[in-house]
Formats: sequence, C-alpha cells, structure tokens
Amino acid sequence: MELTRPRVGLFVTCLVDLFRPSVGFATVKLLEEAGCVVEVPESQTCCGQPAFNSGDRKDTADIARAVIKAFSPYDYVVAPSGSCAGMIKAHYPELFATGSPDRAAADALAAKTYELVSFLVRVMKQEKVAARFDGSATYHDSCSGLRELGVKAEPRKLLRTVEGLDLVEMEDAEVCCGFGGTFCVKYPDISNVMVAKKTKKIAATGADLLLAGDLGCLMNMAGKLKREGSTLKARHVAEILAGDTATPPIAEGE
Amino acid sequence: MEAKTAEFTSNVARAIADSQLQGTMTETGPRFIEKRAKARAGLPEFDALRDQARDIKDHVLAHLDLYLERYEAKVVESGGHVHWAETAEEARAAILGICRKLDAKLATKGKSMISEEIGLNQALEAAGVTPVETDLGEYLIQLRNEPPSHIIAPAVHLTRDQIEADFRKAHTHLDPNRDLTEIPTLVEEARTVLRQKYLDADVGITGANFLIAETGTSIIVTNEGNGDLTQTLPKAHIVIASIEKIVPTLEDATTILRVLARSATGQDFSNYTTFSTGPRRPEDPDGPGEYHVVILDNGRSNVLGTEFQDMLRCIRCGACLNHCPVYQAVGGHAYGWVYPGPIGSVVTPALIGIEKAKHLPNASTFCGRCEEVCPMRIPLPRLLRHWREKEFEKHLTPGAVRTGLGVWAYFAKRPKLYQFGTRVAARLLSVMSGKKGRLASLPLAQGWTRYRDMPAPQGKTFQAMWKERRHG
Repeated sequence: MELTRPRVGLFVTCLVDLFRPSVGFATVKLLEEAGCVVEVPESQTCCGQPAFNSGDRKDTADIARAVIKAFSPYDYVVAPSGSCAGMIKAHYPELFATGSPDRAAADALAAKTYELVSFLVRVMKQEKVAARFDGSATYHDSCSGLRELGVKAEPRKLLRTVEGLDLVEMEDAEVCCGFGGTFCVKYPDISNVMVAKKTKKIAATGADLLLAGDLGCLMNMAGKLKREGSTLKARHVAEILAGDTATPPIAEGE
Repeated sequence: MEAKTAEFTSNVARAIADSQLQGTMTETGPRFIEKRAKARAGLPEFDALRDQARDIKDHVLAHLDLYLERYEAKVVESGGHVHWAETAEEARAAILGICRKLDAKLATKGKSMISEEIGLNQALEAAGVTPVETDLGEYLIQLRNEPPSHIIAPAVHLTRDQIEADFRKAHTHLDPNRDLTEIPTLVEEARTVLRQKYLDADVGITGANFLIAETGTSIIVTNEGNGDLTQTLPKAHIVIASIEKIVPTLEDATTILRVLARSATGQDFSNYTTFSTGPRRPEDPDGPGEYHVVILDNGRSNVLGTEFQDMLRCIRCGACLNHCPVYQAVGGHAYGWVYPGPIGSVVTPALIGIEKAKHLPNASTFCGRCEEVCPMRIPLPRLLRHWREKEFEKHLTPGAVRTGLGVWAYFAKRPKLYQFGTRVAARLLSVMSGKKGRLASLPLAQGWTRYRDMPAPQGKTFQAMWKERRHG
C-alpha cells in the first residue's frame, strides 16, 4: 500500500509561510489523512505573482523556473490557495515559448498542480472530513480559485460534512473582495469600497465565521471586519476542514 | 475628446466621495447582472454562440483588408459613399465636408461611441451645425455637457432628480409648474422635444453595430427607435464606424446579435434592429437622399497582429462594465476618457497611448469576472497584464513600486536569504502587534492600514516550524 501513496509537494505560499503557519499544518494534516506523503521543498519562496502582475516577465520567469525545478520530483503539487495554484497552473506555461524545454517543464508542472480542497475532492476522491465546528459559517469564493481553477462546489461539499457546522451562503459570494495583491495598496480607496461592500454581505448572513481558500483575501476581509468592530471570525477553510482551531482566528489575539 | 486619464487617482477620489453617484451605482449595477444571467439561462446554446461569435471576429481580423474592400464596393454599388479616416481629425473633416455641401444647420444623432471618441459634437458646433442627441441617455448628458459614463447606458450615473432639474433648465418653453415626478413623464417630454428636431434636421448621424461586407449594409440596434427617425428623415444619413465593426455576412451579424442584447441589457433582442443599405431608392417610400459611411481607424490597425488584437473583437455590449467591481465602485467618468470599465482600460491605452493611460490597466484586481461574461471571449485580464508589461518595459511603472518589486524579487530568488528575512519579519510584526493579533497602523503599509487592520503573523514561519518538527 505504501508504494501507492502519492507524494505531494506542498507549495505552502508566501502568505501562509509568513503570516499563518497553522494553515500550512492544517493542509499537511488534510493531505496526510487523505493518504498522501507530504514533503515541503525548502527552496520555495513565492509563486512570482507580484512580479507577473506588475508586468515584470523576466523576474517572473526566473522564479517560475526555480519553482518548477523544486517541485518537479513530486506526483502532485498542492497549495492552500487558488491564487498561487492558479499562477502555476494557468500562467507558468504562458511564460515560456511553445516548444521550449522550459515550456514542456511548465506544462508538466501545471498538469499536476492543484488547489488544496479541489485536490482532496477531485484527485483523492474525498467525500467527507472528520471535523467538528459548532456554529454557522459563510464561504467566499476567491477569484483565481473560482475562475482559473473552477473551485466552487468542492469546499462546500466538504464543509457540509463538518459536524455542527451550518453553511450559509452570502449574497455575491463570487464578487471580488478588493484584495488583488498589490492592487489593495496601489488603489486603497477603490479597494476599500470593494471590501466594505463585501463585509456588508458577510455580516448580512448572520454567520459566526468567514471562510475562504486564500489567505490574501481573508487578511483583507478580516482586517476590514476588525476595523469595523465586527465580532465575526475569519479562518482559512483548511483549518476548519482539518478541525484545527487551536490557534486564534485571523487578526484575533490570544 | 480630451483625455483626463492621467488624473485617475483624483477622479476616483471624487467619484467615491460622490454619494449620489454611489447611490445610483448600487441601485443599477445588480439589475444589469440579474437580467444578463436570466437571458443567458434562457438560451442553452449561449456559450456555444459566444465561441462562434469569437471565431467570426477572429476570421475578420485576419482578413480585415479584404472585407473592408468588399464592403466598400457594395456600399458604392448601392449608391452610397465610403470615406476612409485614418485619424479622428480626418473623420471629423469628412463629416463636416458632407454637412457643408448640404448647407446643414441641424444634425440629429443616434448613439455612437465613435462620435464621442472623435469629439464630433464640438466639431459640429464649431462649424455652425447644431448636434442634437436623440438617444435619451445621450440627450441627458448632452444637456449637461458630460461624456458618457457607460458604453450602452451613457447617463447611468444620473438620478431622476438631476434629470428633472436639467429638463426644467433646458426646456424653458414648457410650463414651469408641470409635474415631472414620474419617469414616464420625463421620457414623454424628451420625446416631444426631440420629435420636431427629427423633422427639422438636415443630416442624421448614427454609429453602427455592424458593417456587413456581403451587402454593404450597416446595422444599428436601439431600444427607443430614435435611430430609425434619425437616419430616415433627413437629407443625408452619415454612418460613423470603426474598422473592426465589419462582419462578412448577414448570417454572421445575426449570430453575434444573439449574444449582443443578452449580454448588454438581458433582452433576447433589442427593440429595434435596423439595417441600412444605400440611400433611398426611387421605389422607397422614405429614406435619406444620401448615404455616407465614415470608417475610422484611429490607431486600431496598429493593434492588428499584436498581443492586443483580441480587443478588436469587442461589440461594445457593456457586460464587462456591469460585472466589474472596480467600475461599480468608481463609475465611468473616473476612467477619464470615452471607454470606461475593463474594455476601456484595454482600449484606451491603444488609442491615446499607454503613457497617458498608465493607471487604467493597473486599476484591476484581475478578478476575471469581465472575461467570464464577455460575449466575444476577450481575455481582458490578460490584455490588461500585457499593458502592465509594456509599462514595465518603458519604465512607466512608478519608481517606488519598481524599487519595491526589485528588492522583493532579489529575495524571492535567494531562498536562504528570503527565509531569513521572513523569519525576522514574522517575529517583528508579531511582537509589534502585542497580544492583539493585528496592527492598526504599519509604516510602509498605510495603503492597507488606512482602511483596515493588518492581521499579525503568528510569530514563526511555516518553513521554520516545519524544520523544527522534522528535526525537532
């Protein structure tokens, strides 16, 4: 049996690495419970999106080559983020000329790269999780996961199997929260209008907890909720699916 | 039209502070979205039609010269004239030339974005021809001397109160005590005022949604029927359209028409779809004596064969604006030129230069909703990113951003150094936040902390903790 366990390279993402390691450990737990062997290549830093979305193709390609090299030995690459997985899956191939060795390597990596929750459902055929959360939660569809990778049903499917959790849909769950990477600091006024609309819809659900699959969006929404004085909590979906709520929610103290 | 794209940041600040604008945007935005969703759901082959529509335009763009020549020959055959205009100035000159020959004093106008692009109304006025917009939305913004704020709903930013005030100011020949509280009354008043203009006009100017190469026909779609009166009653009908409006056949036009109204207003079809081929023939009961088509390039041919070519598939339905959270936050005027929203942020740099329009491609989160709804499947986020690449190549990216990016990339390419940096940052920010788990302000991140708290790191990086766990 041991031989058939897929080897997964965890692309932990720069935000999880720096801000919220608990999401990384929840991810490892979920992957291991699903029957994967998880390894974390030490040489990873970031997927290169800040450079890519700033028009800096050269630095992006350099970073992409390093990621491709670090992760090519694995059966799968999994990230607890639709945005970073989308970068590798949808955009790495675009960086290199058709027919080049770099392109072939990028295509190969793209083919085996997944966002965490969709990996669990689509590849590992997971039907349910063994977790418990007492309260109501609402799930925000982060843009890249939703539109680049088609992640929509998977997180809801698994969340419905969390014991005690009542999943409530917010209005406009598919509308951008205004994070957009560097966008939120380059155009803070526009970003603020967007996130304020979002927190209104979140609050209107009456849910106790906000969930999403991307830490960037979550930091934006949680930061706004806290500034507005809301008592709503925010967590990465992996933490709830792993039943790992020992650490305080995002932007909350001890 | 004069571009105010360079003042994007201050345009945005003004738009966000404008509570009236914010109110109308919140009210109208969701309506467009609901209507489109319903129309799409009602047509199972909708997405297949989008593929067909995309393929038709791609084919045209690959053979544009051929179809434009065929179109011209057909227009001439039907007794019309074609005027080629490489620039906005040449287009204005062609139209003014026609007006001069006819000694025109009054021109009625159907809705046309190209007319806005070339600043036609100002040119007509300067030449002594009074332009009268007959599309209700265009009429409203003409009264206010404003540019359109939306591609298909030019006055979407206005409230009923503003419209009432404008009508009272403009229509001074009517009873000042008349009741204008109901929207139908406002529409009726505009209709009455405009009716006489149609009869008095010397020329009628319209845009075109399509030019059909097979027949030399121009097509306009309207909901008010104003276009029909504009183009049939005066002595001459002048069509102003850009080169990419061409489609090979009537069949092709009808394919694209099936996605146009559904994407735009959520209608299965616009109320009026009007086909015009040449001037009035002897056996026709009505129609213009002359039929002119002014075909504008204005920089579009420079886009052919480049990574930006896909933008020329656009049929100006406005769906990308309606679904864009940035457009919905700031409205159309903030974009500072003729075409707002995602497609505007792609087209404007091509037509007026990326130097002047450098903000527009950056003001996007790349959420991708525009591409998701575009009936012509234009990869808008990708095109916006290509503009950012041009800016980066041309060193138009702001110095601070460039430096920040350079430092970040230097670290990102050196994992050991990077991990040292992140370990320090995680620790430092965590200590700074105390026990609160968040920071209310942070030097170098004021863009963030002005409006929201910054969640604090948990204290150690994942990489460091993973190592401890493995070797621990």
